[in-house]
Amino acid sequence: MTRIKSLQELFKRDRRPGDIVFAWVFLLFALFLLSQLGSQAPWNPRAKIFSQPAFWPTTAVVLMVGFAGLHVLSSALSPRLVGRWAEIWAWVRSLEYAGWFMAYVFLVPFVGYLPTTVVFAVLLGLRAGYRSWAKLGLLAGLGLVIVLVFKGFLQVKIPGGALYEYLPVALRSFFLTYL
Amino acid sequence: MEALFSGAALLLDWQVILALLIGSMGGVVIGAVPGVGAAVAIAILLPATFALPPLVGLTLLLGIYGSSMYGGALPAVLLNTPGTAVNALTTYDGYPMTQNGQAKRAVALAYSASFVGGLLSILALIALSPALAAVAPLFGSREIFLAALLGIILVVLAHRGQTFAAGMLASFGILLQTVGLEPVNYTRRFTFGQSWLTSGFDLIVVVLGLFALSQAFLLLSQHDKKPEPLDEARALKGSVLSGFKELWLYKRVAGVASGFGVLMGMVPGVGEFTAQFMAYSYAQKTSKTPEAFGKGAPEGLIASEAANNAVPAAAMIPLLALGIPGEALTAMMLSVFYVHNVIPGPQLFQNQMDFVMALYLALLVLNLMVLVFLLVSSTLLTRIIEVPSRFVGILILLLSFVGVYSLRNSITDCAVAAVFGVLGLVLKRLNLPLVPIILGMVLGGIMEVKLRSAMPRVKTPLDMIDRPIAMILFALILLVIALHIRTVIQAHRARSKARGG
Repeated sequence: MTRIKSLQELFKRDRRPGDIVFAWVFLLFALFLLSQLGSQAPWNPRAKIFSQPAFWPTTAVVLMVGFAGLHVLSSALSPRLVGRWAEIWAWVRSLEYAGWFMAYVFLVPFVGYLPTTVVFAVLLGLRAGYRSWAKLGLLAGLGLVIVLVFKGFLQVKIPGGALYEYLPVALRSFFLTYL
Repeated sequence: MEALFSGAALLLDWQVILALLIGSMGGVVIGAVPGVGAAVAIAILLPATFALPPLVGLTLLLGIYGSSMYGGALPAVLLNTPGTAVNALTTYDGYPMTQNGQAKRAVALAYSASFVGGLLSILALIALSPALAAVAPLFGSREIFLAALLGIILVVLAHRGQTFAAGMLASFGILLQTVGLEPVNYTRRFTFGQSWLTSGFDLIVVVLGLFALSQAFLLLSQHDKKPEPLDEARALKGSVLSGFKELWLYKRVAGVASGFGVLMGMVPGVGEFTAQFMAYSYAQKTSKTPEAFGKGAPEGLIASEAANNAVPAAAMIPLLALGIPGEALTAMMLSVFYVHNVIPGPQLFQNQMDFVMALYLALLVLNLMVLVFLLVSSTLLTRIIEVPSRFVGILILLLSFVGVYSLRNSITDCAVAAVFGVLGLVLKRLNLPLVPIILGMVLGGIMEVKLRSAMPRVKTPLDMIDRPIAMILFALILLVIALHIRTVIQAHRARSKARGG
């Protein structure tokens, strides 16, 4: 018992609920990569060890497994924290915003950078719970400013939307270049 | 001296001056908004700077890096919410001072201590330049390999209490940089037959996901944090220049704290937190009123702010002299150098000293610009710090798109960034460090290249350390590991003793 207590003390650290879940997921991921080393990081029979293409991936995966194992051990030896499932639910909830981001990414090449940005700024504002015209208007305005600064002024590489092709000729090239 | 004047001449370009202005003011504003921080801003702006001349792009990013901590002190002092992570220690004494009705005094002291920290570190940088220029050429492939190895070991060990997590995440970073087509033998590594993995993981995509998108997801999935209204007690009427007068009374603390900042900034992988911790401990130990620390001690506030603001300039030393970034922000800046074919390292000091001096002087000018900006903008900044967090989250999400998509117009890059965004959110919620992943990617790449180029001249293992600097670096690696093991054993014994007693 004393030895277990002693081990617990040795691995004691600040943790938050869900720590052990992440620790196990990471360890399993590292073990999966370890099982794939032979096929995914082949050794070249003619190269010396430090010039082997597989040397660094092997080193990294072995270290990942070692450290992840110790991380799991330290989590397992620490007292259980309440709120594990609530924490995992919080991780899952964040996927919604990853989805919003990807929808934005998919729509820009079709609808165009300016309209997509302004519409998404307002929609995300509504999703975040803002209902006042002032706040939604401010978000739309900031969306416009982002487009003007980055595409109009800094000329970052964002292609014009496919919908811009339907604009009158006089406006089309302006929209394609600056908005 | 000639290089110094040539560097000053380079700074006189209107584009550089504009970049400094935007960077310094933007950095203060970004730092003042809780939940943004320099890392998020630099990650977003990075691809946009690739189109700018190298000095313009770098001064813009340096401006944000060097000035965000000034802005971050304001919500730390007024709202008990650090604007950037490195201002956390400022809340310990800054907020109690505000509660005691000394908000203006606390803010003035924080600004003046930050200024002194920044100034002293730049002066140290300029003074050290001749020595660096002399030593840097002595670093060959094996020395740079050993320095990068030391950096990665320090990154892992500096995360006290999270060493295993830092180790596994740093190893993950090393693995990430190996994915794709290996450039010498053209071997595919961990591509799983997927063509989109052949070109590997782009550092900027990973950085944007881990730092910017994760922050957007985090802020959007939380409820708005409503800061307490800024009442009369927290009003910042009058000049903040009075802080300098009071700082003079604590010049020893400010000087030593800046020294810790310079020292820790120069060591790869250590950075602001260790510098602050050491400076704060020193200030408390040598104070006549150690019991006041954490309850509104001006020395604590000065130690924290002077130390953290001394780090950015010092962190440029390993980056410029050896091409080795010490933390995430300088790792991001490294990609700006590479895009413009300006390779940091010994050659830079030998061939482009004027460029190096221009960067040093830019840091000096930006500290002055920030100070002037702060003198006139405190009222405006007190409004900015009240921006709702979900509002900020929306803006970060929209801005992250620019950063990722403008790189290669690739939807795959955006999907990869989104995955790293979710990973970053999980790590942030678990209070696990993100920086080891980035430094693993950067330093892992350096280690692979340098070890390969060093090996043809290494016949026996001892050849690896047969040169003085290599020997010193190897000794430092052993020393750092030994000291860490000793500290762990001592702490374990102390705990066992306490439990037994």
